[in-house]
Amino acid sequence: MKFAIVVFPGSNCDADCFHIAKDLLGCEAGYVWHKETDLKGADAVILPGGFAYGDYLRAGALARFSPVMDSVAEFARAGGPVLGICNGFQVLLEAGLLPGAVRPNKTLRYICRDIFMRVESSDTAFTRLYEPGQIVKMPIGHGEGNYTAPPETMEELRRERRVVFRYCDEQGRVNEAGNPNGAAENIAGIANREGNVVGLMPHPDRCSEGLLGNDVGRKMFESVVTALAAR
Amino acid sequence: MKVEIRVYPRHDVLDPQGKAIAAALTRLGHRSVTDVRAGKVFFVEVEGSDTSEIVRDAKKMAEELLANTVIEGYDVRVVP
Repeated sequence: MKFAIVVFPGSNCDADCFHIAKDLLGCEAGYVWHKETDLKGADAVILPGGFAYGDYLRAGALARFSPVMDSVAEFARAGGPVLGICNGFQVLLEAGLLPGAVRPNKTLRYICRDIFMRVESSDTAFTRLYEPGQIVKMPIGHGEGNYTAPPETMEELRRERRVVFRYCDEQGRVNEAGNPNGAAENIAGIANREGNVVGLMPHPDRCSEGLLGNDVGRKMFESVVTALAAR
Repeated sequence: MKVEIRVYPRHDVLDPQGKAIAAALTRLGHRSVTDVRAGKVFFVEVEGSDTSEIVRDAKKMAEELLANTVIEGYDVRVVP
């Protein structure tokens, strides 16, 4: 089992993902520079958080044209599991591998704190070890996470149960109070139709070991290991 | 030739930045302000003199990169 961690100029959570894959899960892990096109035989790809290309123009807008993204798209089309975390999610949206877009946060502020979210679907490569309805606490750190999509896309996401996480309050109520950034229908993360591509604004990579006071995010990485083992 | 490409939030998309600017203008005493939408302008220098071709190219630039058409609209103007 080998993870490829894509590194764009400005990625800054790549080492965290590498550490989780290699040191915590005991898997193989390798960095793939954005100018490379060879995913080096990886079984799963992670687009990490950060500020690819300094978020110039729009978050993720320039990163999607990096050579590596053609390979990532091809890998995803062939059913390979791809996880986009925070800025990685923004890149997946800009690349059209997931539908919709993110706007600046409703508060216009960069928000860096713990949030709660409800697991809406455990039917993806990265959430199969969570219980549907489970409430998880994860940190966020973003200025543009206010998810939106055209009405027909929202309808499709609901119908196909592709909303993976929704922001909620500590009791698990999906409401305004639990929504940090104004995201439509409290959406924190979504998946593609096949469930192999998942993107979310919160950071599972920042809560994957007890040392950090929270290890609930680790299940996202463990999920894909078990998903691939089950194939 | 110069071409200006304006990119702005679509009318059906909430623009938090525009709302904040509108509130600030109102606070400054500009009581006539009812709404603001904040966008970007790209001043692009291009070669060639065929205006319709320049417009076509500029629209393609907006579609491919400058605008995210899920949330943004755009328009194009050739500057003489």
